[in-house]
Amino acid sequence: MTPPQDSQPELSRRSFLKRSAVVGGSLVVGFFVPAPLRRFAFAQEPPGAAAAPALPPVNAFLRIGGDESVTVLLAHSEMGQGIWTTLPMMVNEELDADWSRFRVEHAPAATVYHSPVFPIQMTGGSTSTWSELDRYRQVGAVARTLLVAAAAAQWGVAPADCRTEKGWVLHGDRKASYGSLAAAAAQLPAPDHVELKAPENWQVIGKPTRRLDTPEKITGRAQFGLDVQLPGMLTAVVAHARTFGAKVRSFDPAAAQAVPGVRKVFAVPTGVAVVADHFWAAKKGRDALQVEWDPGPHAGLDTAILRESYRAQAKSAGAKAAAGGDVEKALSGAVPLVAEYSVPYLAHAPMEPLNCTVRRGAEGVELWTGTQFQTVDQQRVAAIFGLKPEQVEIHTTFLGGGFGRRANLVSDFVVEAAHVAKNLDQPVKLVWTRDDDIRGGYYRPMAVHRLEGALDAQGAPVAWRQRIVSQSIVAGSPFAAMIKDGIDPTAVEGASDSQYVTAIPHHRVELHTVDPGIPVLWWRSVGSSHTAFAVESFVDELAHAAKRDPLEFRRALLAKAPRMRAVLELAAEKAGWGSAPPAGRGRGLAVHESFGSIVAHVAEVSVDGGHVRVHRVVCAIDCGVCVNPLGVRAQMESGVVYGLSAALYGELTMKEGRVVESNFHDYRILRLHEMPQVEVHIVSSREKSGGAGEPGTPPIAPAVANAVFALTGQRLRELPLRLA
Amino acid sequence: MKRIGNPWVLAGMLAGIVLLPKGVDSQTPRTAALAAFDTIQTVLQHPRCQNCHIPGNAPLQLDAGLVHTQNVQRGPAGKGAPGLPCSTCHGVTNPPASYGPNTPPGAPNWSLPSPEHKMVFIGLSKADLCATIKDPKRNGNRNLAALLEHVSHDKLVLWGWDPGVGRAPVSVPHDAFVASFKTWMAGGAPCPAGGEAKSARLR
Amino acid sequence: MKLSVNGKEHDVSVSDDMPLLWVLRDVLGLTGTKFGCGMAQCGACTVLVDGQPVRSCVRPAAAVEGRAVTTIEGLSLQGDHPVQRAWAEVDVVQCGYCQSGQILAAAALLQAKPKPSDADVDAALSGNLCRCGTYQRIRSAVHRAAELMEG
Repeated sequence: MTPPQDSQPELSRRSFLKRSAVVGGSLVVGFFVPAPLRRFAFAQEPPGAAAAPALPPVNAFLRIGGDESVTVLLAHSEMGQGIWTTLPMMVNEELDADWSRFRVEHAPAATVYHSPVFPIQMTGGSTSTWSELDRYRQVGAVARTLLVAAAAAQWGVAPADCRTEKGWVLHGDRKASYGSLAAAAAQLPAPDHVELKAPENWQVIGKPTRRLDTPEKITGRAQFGLDVQLPGMLTAVVAHARTFGAKVRSFDPAAAQAVPGVRKVFAVPTGVAVVADHFWAAKKGRDALQVEWDPGPHAGLDTAILRESYRAQAKSAGAKAAAGGDVEKALSGAVPLVAEYSVPYLAHAPMEPLNCTVRRGAEGVELWTGTQFQTVDQQRVAAIFGLKPEQVEIHTTFLGGGFGRRANLVSDFVVEAAHVAKNLDQPVKLVWTRDDDIRGGYYRPMAVHRLEGALDAQGAPVAWRQRIVSQSIVAGSPFAAMIKDGIDPTAVEGASDSQYVTAIPHHRVELHTVDPGIPVLWWRSVGSSHTAFAVESFVDELAHAAKRDPLEFRRALLAKAPRMRAVLELAAEKAGWGSAPPAGRGRGLAVHESFGSIVAHVAEVSVDGGHVRVHRVVCAIDCGVCVNPLGVRAQMESGVVYGLSAALYGELTMKEGRVVESNFHDYRILRLHEMPQVEVHIVSSREKSGGAGEPGTPPIAPAVANAVFALTGQRLRELPLRLA
Repeated sequence: MKRIGNPWVLAGMLAGIVLLPKGVDSQTPRTAALAAFDTIQTVLQHPRCQNCHIPGNAPLQLDAGLVHTQNVQRGPAGKGAPGLPCSTCHGVTNPPASYGPNTPPGAPNWSLPSPEHKMVFIGLSKADLCATIKDPKRNGNRNLAALLEHVSHDKLVLWGWDPGVGRAPVSVPHDAFVASFKTWMAGGAPCPAGGEAKSARLR
Repeated sequence: MKLSVNGKEHDVSVSDDMPLLWVLRDVLGLTGTKFGCGMAQCGACTVLVDGQPVRSCVRPAAAVEGRAVTTIEGLSLQGDHPVQRAWAEVDVVQCGYCQSGQILAAAALLQAKPKPSDADVDAALSGNLCRCGTYQRIRSAVHRAAELMEG
């Protein structure tokens, strides 16, 4: 992946000073690790394979206060996935501080917080926990080494003779608290080597741990972007076009300006901004506003027509994404099984509508927003104001859900807020309504998959051809370098690399990339949100064509994928696969690998009045090393619910270029009374840690569809699932 | 749905005759009364009315009569489930127009009939509908005069003709409905002969 | 107009149609009550009015004059209402955005029905959306809160 222009913004001195504030009545003393940073040996990585990364600058990630507080700065954004807890857990695995003293903050935007696996500061791809497993442990280990050294120096003993316990350094009958040692420790040179604990000695990692952000989230104190309030702040809403690519032709601000509280009405590149004393006045102003639009080139869009064009295109060969053997020959020598699957556009619809607050100052610009893409936002806003990126300071708030929507390649809502702010002297908060969110684009792309398969005389699959028609997410963006040989991997992941597909001797996955002009984006689990549905449904169809039990058929196909097979078997066993389901219910299963983890679901469904009801989901996950089992369980429940909303209800339709749906009444999401009982089983593993935020989503739709087939004999090949 | 036997219809008719309000022409032909009941049926089985006059416990919404989302329930007194009373979303008036379409409408005492007196309208044949509204056991112990008062002045009933932004009012004007009700009563509040249910949607 | 919020009287000067939600958030600075849909579909804006749940996004502030409004900030002084304690114990929250509304809806349910069944929980709380899918833990936490209230 290529980073957006790499301009290396550094953490400003100003923001550090601001953060060294008085907390709880005592002065917080930050660590300072002198440069140059020394080389560092990784405990889990074989040395010498690559240049060893530098030791992380501890003071950027951790502060220990004289009041015994331990503050961890997150390089990633907390959006529900639980890193507010898992990253501090990693620190404390090595630091050995008092867990009740931990505080957490989002880090400012700066190069030092770039992801270990992407060259930007970001949150996505289910990477935050596994990618930080080394860095945040190192931070804890370095800090502990310095604290012990400070105590040893005070006492005139060897550091090796000291031990630590819950925020204390101990030697014989002497002890000193971390807080009392912090100032002295900050003066010491950084160690050139720390040994991380071997996994078998872990005390914190792997232990179910409750969330650290609960107290503020159950009292209304947690600050989300929408909650930001600044002195003199105004609120803006923007009148957006109803068709993608439309431009303002003209507008009459008079009626909007007549609304009490409205201060200013002006055009921005994305529409017409109405700025007022508060949201309600701004929204009423927008309702009153008269805008003439040039509807642009996409005013004829119709998703029903578009889908038919995708279906037609899926019949011809596309760009090669994966291939093995001679699929053409294998298919021509048999009567192939052919099936077409389709999935619609989807909005992420996080509970917190999109928003961003901007304050212009003498030194630069400050942003307050819940973002997954600090570096991208910083660079784009800097360009708008003609500033250097480091002159754009980002205060990341809690995110009221992200799911990919707040990792926007063009920083859409942040850029819009910047354009609004450029027209004002006062700070301003841009607020999107739910309509703006549902109709605002950046959707999970619509996709059609055409599958052709053949079985041998024994009923084993010998040929698999999959043709996918969809849009590229990264084309035209700074991430376009991900596209290789005409393949955007986000369109084929989960199919081209599926262990089912590659196990079939003759296989080919092809892609047609289309561009109907609808902005698309990564939506929780990205390509796997549709490839898993097509792959796991078609595997099920092949199993039934072969007259084999769906589990047995999959086990045979996964003979060379032992981890995947084990996860599938675990879920099947816990669900009672093989025994009769309760009366009136059917069971279906699916297993899928994504983001470094493998998840299998067994869904138990019934059908009532034409509606699918999901009663129970048995989930098994192998995510390798599991940092917080309580968090992984939560993410599996979460992934199931997110995927079920899409499987049962999720669909955006466009007619005459306009998105029909607008809010939760017509873009339905799962409600509590529709929540199945979800049981999560975590494979105990020392394999490389994988993601948890996304992998629970892909296999739920096919598991439910396969269960519906088992119950009714109806093979539903379109999402959302609709019974005939 | 259990069909109601003739004795009840007869009893209802008698009650109607006995309780006719003063000033109503008791000589109005029975045929006019039966014709008036057609209008009454149109009103009672309009979505604005029948969506809450249901046999089960889950009210309906919108012109299409879809099951009310949010798992809304009738509750022990017809005012919603414990913890989710109708008044959570429905105020005593419609929301201001500035709240836009699809916001919950409101009227005083927004509720369903109680579970004891469900007063089911939906899906009933003309005869069954007629029997139902006249049966004090099902209509909340109302005689015909009380029914007339109810349909003439009850604010929740009147809401059907002022249902708020983006919602179709009852298709018959309210005064025409009240006039039909009076005509029906004046003709002895007769019930039409039994027939097939109008709609099969009984959720 | 005069509003009583969390036991405190406020005199605010706003338009007659301004929803309670925006008065709470933008005028009184009580941002614990959330905006999610603006049409009573999601429940994020739930507050209590005289102890009854109300979606503040579709209720004009003028309609609650003279009545006692309780927001998440006023549910308990120390964040230790039994529902809040149960929420912490069961580790319910994820992104947390919908939880103010969920907690107030749960408090209203337990007020009306101290020992709710699963069906009671489903009937009372299905008006509150959670995009993170914390529903299963909400169910458990409501039952736990009922136990805590019993003492």
